[in-house]
Amino acid sequence: MRQSNTYIILYSAAITVVCGGLLAFAAVSLKPQQDANIAMEQKKNILASVLTLKEGDNITEIYNKQVKAFVIDYEGNVVEGMTPEKVIVAAEYKKAPKDRLLPIYEFRNDSNKVEYAVMPVYGYGLWNNIWGFVAVKSDFNTVQGVKFQHAGETPGLGARIESEEIQERFKGKSIFENGSLVSVTIAKGEGNDYSANQHKVDGMSGATLTGKGVNNMLKDYLACYEKYLKKNAGTTKQASL
Amino acid sequence: MSTEAAVAEEVKEKKSEPLLSKKNRKLISNPLDIDNPVTVQILGVCSALAVTTQMKPAFVMSLGLTIVTACSNVAISALRNTIPSRIRIIVQLAIVSLWVIMVDQILKAYVYDVSKQLSVFVGLIITNCIVMGRLEAYAMANKPWPSFLDGMGNGLGYGMILMILAFVRELFGAGSLFGFKVFATLGIPYQGNGLLLLPAGACILLGIIIWVQRSINGYRESH
Repeated sequence: MRQSNTYIILYSAAITVVCGGLLAFAAVSLKPQQDANIAMEQKKNILASVLTLKEGDNITEIYNKQVKAFVIDYEGNVVEGMTPEKVIVAAEYKKAPKDRLLPIYEFRNDSNKVEYAVMPVYGYGLWNNIWGFVAVKSDFNTVQGVKFQHAGETPGLGARIESEEIQERFKGKSIFENGSLVSVTIAKGEGNDYSANQHKVDGMSGATLTGKGVNNMLKDYLACYEKYLKKNAGTTKQASL
Repeated sequence: MSTEAAVAEEVKEKKSEPLLSKKNRKLISNPLDIDNPVTVQILGVCSALAVTTQMKPAFVMSLGLTIVTACSNVAISALRNTIPSRIRIIVQLAIVSLWVIMVDQILKAYVYDVSKQLSVFVGLIITNCIVMGRLEAYAMANKPWPSFLDGMGNGLGYGMILMILAFVRELFGAGSLFGFKVFATLGIPYQGNGLLLLPAGACILLGIIIWVQRSINGYRESH
């Protein structure tokens, strides 16, 4: 009886239904908590790109108090009725640059002046997707900090883009040169001093291709944000005159 | 298992065999020493090398594998008389995957940082030879309670090796334990040994552990 085909088919069907049911139940009941974790991670990364977070900092509180988030289009105009939480950067990346919806996170001080602007970036490394945030200072030109993450770069080589050591190198570099977008690029080869060059950072030995991926990602996304950055840089200049 | 349930079961089973008889205690203690899944049976080495750079992920991984092995053992043991032998591996895989995904989902919901660090390795428990090995070798032929102990024992045996590896690797590789900077706190200047943080360092270390353990208990591989 236990060897008959009917029994085997019914048995496997029953196992499938029971296991499937249990998994569906677990997935549905744990979803809100998981989504909250992902949202928290996002906030943490945004804040970490502009300031050094200490253990025990209330991330939600700082975020809600200081960060104003909205969505813009390629022309730098605010898209009404969209919240950054609804924009999936990975999906926008597949569109043509001009059609992308671009979330922007402005870190404001107590008098509501923009201190830093944080832009999500997305691209392709050597093996898989890479993404992160680029934060610029209130001149909308100088890099305050970057935060990169990856899905499948080689550990010890390309995966180093996730380390602070690499991300530190971007601090203080500039995106624009005489009003035109140059972006910041990772050089080939490691151990060279690029402190005199405003648009180059030291490379990662053995991870030139991941570095190229990062360069393309930055160029691609900073071009999307170019109009927004220029617009804001103009207003701050006027304000300071 | 809650204590009440355990007591109730103990009362019921007392006539036949005490709950923690000598034979049952062996099920827990053997995998820790003479039958260790990692050092004697050389199973689960891949994950043992991959997740042991720090104590915390190693601990969570051990816990995850112990839960998965124990629960799958109980489930398969309870079903053992109904499983058609021609599809038994598929049924085992389905049960193991069920528990692995459960563990993964719970980690994602409650310890997100750790789940990110463990990344694919929790999912890969499914293919961990220890789990499948115990199901085939033990749970298919034994009652649920001994199977539970057997699963626990093997999970702990695996966990023990993971914790030893992680202790040495984190302490001498990064100078910390569970993220706590040991050498810096003691005021000893210490330059971390980068080799220990690489999988190759873990492999050498595991080899040494196997050597030490086998020379203590005199285990020889039969040819």
